Amino acid sequence: MLPCTGRIDESLLLKSFENGADGVMVVGCLEGDCHYVNGNIRARARVQRVYEILGQIAIGPERVRMYNLSAGEGAKFAAFTTEFYQKIKELGPSPITIARQSKPREVPVS
Amino acid sequence: MITGTPKPIDEVLSMIEAYNKIIVAGCYGCVTVCRVGGDKEVQVLSSTLRLAREAAGRPVEIKEVCLERQCDPEYLEPMRPYIEDYQAVVSIACGAGIQFMAEKFAKTPLLPGINTGFLGVTERQGEWAERCQGCGDCVLHLTGGICPVTRCAKSIFHGPCGGSVGGICEVDKEIKCGWQMIIDRLKSLDQMDNYGKLKPYKGWDASRDGGPRRIIREDMK
Repeated sequence: MLPCTGRIDESLLLKSFENGADGVMVVGCLEGDCHYVNGNIRARARVQRVYEILGQIAIGPERVRMYNLSAGEGAKFAAFTTEFYQKIKELGPSPITIARQSKPREVPVS
Repeated sequence: MITGTPKPIDEVLSMIEAYNKIIVAGCYGCVTVCRVGGDKEVQVLSSTLRLAREAAGRPVEIKEVCLERQCDPEYLEPMRPYIEDYQAVVSIACGAGIQFMAEKFAKTPLLPGINTGFLGVTERQGEWAERCQGCGDCVLHLTGGICPVTRCAKSIFHGPCGGSVGGICEVDKEIKCGWQMIIDRLKSLDQMDNYGKLKPYKGWDASRDGGPRRIIREDMK
């Protein structure tokens, strides 16, 4: 858990996939309502860059997505989470997960 | 600073195709500032390569390092004890750093992870622009601090050419005429007399035409 999506950078998101995530959902505050002025705007740009990277390496760009909501929107959070979960379920396991299941891993993630 | 842009990931993957144990080496100098070859970029490129290779069923082991500078020998030496344990190095320093590392470590293939650009400045976040071509004979004191070699598309030396229209270069509507900028600046500085002090011709003997250049300063040895 990070206190602000502005702390997220591309390598953290990519590490999640290295560590076996099939999808990564980034949930930030509403745009224009960041306690740290523009943390969520920075996060949006970084998520976009990871989206592009994943599209280039056959992991699939749709496995990362950013959502914005306020801390008081519990129902919306649940709806977003369900939506993303369903999306990842449709996509199935990531190629990393499939590769690891198909044969023993040769190289540990550093 | 020396600027650069990342190479397409497919190109880097193709370079490392034959290897399964490599180093990705960044540099804390210019390429960190222009966000193409620093510590963060080392992490991102390494993760990307690992993910791509593992998804393809051919995992690659990567050691991530970022050196103070790749263009100075003392910062390369710490790699000597372990570099031969790896099959290749993908360097995301500038071309100078990559070449220097290749010179120092003769048995290890060096692969460029970026395309080196130019000597430039950060105009705004995410936007860099060329300012100097290292011609070896600076005239900025006569040209209001604006370089005719770099800012003029033709590197001409004595005022705007016929392709300058309304302060815009004929090469591209996005490029301001370097000479129009120089004259405007000299006027604002009340230094138009400098215009007449420019040499009748530019001596290019200090520039690239004689091959790779060297600077030797006996006082610094």
